[in-house]
Amino acid sequence: MLSSWRTQLLITRIALYVASALIVVWSVAPFLWQVSTSFQEDRLLSAPTPSFLPWPGTLDHFRNIFVEKEFHLYIVNSAIVAGLTTLFCLAIGGAAAFALARLRVYYRFGILALILSVSMFPQIAIVAPLYLAASALGLMNTYTILVIIYLSLGLPLVIWVLFGYFQTIPREIDEAAIIDGAGPLRLMISVILPMSLPGFVTTGLLAFIMAWNEFMFALAFTSGVDRQTIPVGIANFTNLYYVPWGDLAAASVVVTLPLVLLVLGFQRWIIQGLTQGAVKE
Amino acid sequence: MTTLPSAGLTAGNRRSKRLTQRSRAERWAPLLFLLPAVLTLITVSVYPVLDGMRLSLRNTMLSTQEDDFVGLANYVRLTGDPQFWSAWQHTMLFTAASTLLETVIGMAMALVLYETFKGRGWVRAAMLVPWAIPTVVTSKMFGWLFDGQHGVVNWLLRQAGLIDGYVNWYGDSQTALLTIIIADVWKTTSFMALLLLAGLQTVPHSLVEAARIDGAGSWQCFWSIRLPLLFTTLLIAGMFRALDAFRIFDLVYVLTGGGPADSTEVLSTLSYKVLFSGLDFGYGSALSAAMFITEAIIALGFGLFIVRRMRRDNG
Repeated sequence: MLSSWRTQLLITRIALYVASALIVVWSVAPFLWQVSTSFQEDRLLSAPTPSFLPWPGTLDHFRNIFVEKEFHLYIVNSAIVAGLTTLFCLAIGGAAAFALARLRVYYRFGILALILSVSMFPQIAIVAPLYLAASALGLMNTYTILVIIYLSLGLPLVIWVLFGYFQTIPREIDEAAIIDGAGPLRLMISVILPMSLPGFVTTGLLAFIMAWNEFMFALAFTSGVDRQTIPVGIANFTNLYYVPWGDLAAASVVVTLPLVLLVLGFQRWIIQGLTQGAVKE
Repeated sequence: MTTLPSAGLTAGNRRSKRLTQRSRAERWAPLLFLLPAVLTLITVSVYPVLDGMRLSLRNTMLSTQEDDFVGLANYVRLTGDPQFWSAWQHTMLFTAASTLLETVIGMAMALVLYETFKGRGWVRAAMLVPWAIPTVVTSKMFGWLFDGQHGVVNWLLRQAGLIDGYVNWYGDSQTALLTIIIADVWKTTSFMALLLLAGLQTVPHSLVEAARIDGAGSWQCFWSIRLPLLFTTLLIAGMFRALDAFRIFDLVYVLTGGGPADSTEVLSTLSYKVLFSGLDFGYGSALSAAMFITEAIIALGFGLFIVRRMRRDNG
């Protein structure tokens, strides 16, 4: 009796480990294959039998993307656009989330719901009017227009996550600060802000990833290597007669590795921030 | 507490004056804090949507300077446009298939992660990888994995004896949409699983324990306790996923460009082509307005269902 119960427990354990191994392989293997591809010679890549380890390895593909395709220019553009977007998102979204969470705002949940619903708009529905407006204002092919657009794409998520974060800070702290004579601005900057730095880091990371990865607006609003961002660069990475899979893999690794490392480093906070909507209801 | 009332009329007066100033500041401060965000969202998201509706009633062409009011002509053209209906079908099929698959597989993954075991943190971290990768990179990655000649997927399937000859996955109109669904399922399922896991963790453990003592098996515990309690979370996650899947653009545009033979053309890519290749801003706006309306209907449908469900649970 006891032993059968024990075997059953053992089987459950084993099944659990097999299942989680499958999940890890499923999640990571395609990217690892991309990493391996980026170090393989074209000769190996077009062989009838794929070789899983990059041996003999080569750095040709990395040389190609930086020397021939000037990939660093795209990286600079992306870093500028994503960096500025993150800063503005945190400043503007932080103020709004603070007001919604800590100050007396009528219909606060109504306002929050409206802000969130903006994030569900199909983005293709705003691309044409924005294109006409940007042309009229002379903002085509500038960092400015991309930052403005990404700001509005990122704000709903930033406000939502920071709102949840601010709500976890006990209200007694506000009361104490107000009694000590702090106004709303002071309350936000010297009390709430220092206490929510982890929240700002996570939210900033989310905004950064959103801007770093965005494709459609970057495609429509930029037209040269001087302003195009990484996704546009990678999408246009095709030669006339063949697809340079090795170069593409190298570019993928270069733009994704920092992101993957950041995400792995901050995974606990990211999961917490992103899932708060599902938990709270 | 720090400012105990000191004696004297003047001090009292001064205090009340400061209080009215404070309350005035209190009334206006929230608005000032909200203003930048609200203004941005209105000018960059809300106003363009309305402006798009206006454009959809005009025949604006960027190539010919045409720009007149034409009433509902664009919408009439839409109803008779076979390209629109085929893109509509592909979008609906993609949305339904990917949302369903991602919810079901995500649920299974969440149940695995709900158990405590050594290395669980690592599994959870690995699951964020597909989410963090830019969609354009995902497209190229799947382009390489599913390549018709040198793709490793073909090779693996042939080694396993599942296929005889190489399948030209996204180069063949029979399998192209399937390839895109697979790529999307890879990219989004693990994130869905993390959302559902967060929901699972709110189900009180005592309930499951009680059922176990009453002799319920694991499957029964899941089916009659966890699933019903998780249903609202599942619906909300499903809604967000469906709304997101409906506007799919990057994956299709980069992997197949809508081809071969328009077999993967979805509403976003069709609108984009009409707008930026055809420069037909009037008709393109009608297309995207139709998308906006469909999206609103999906959200409304889910929303009503969720609210009804929550009312029933709470009342």
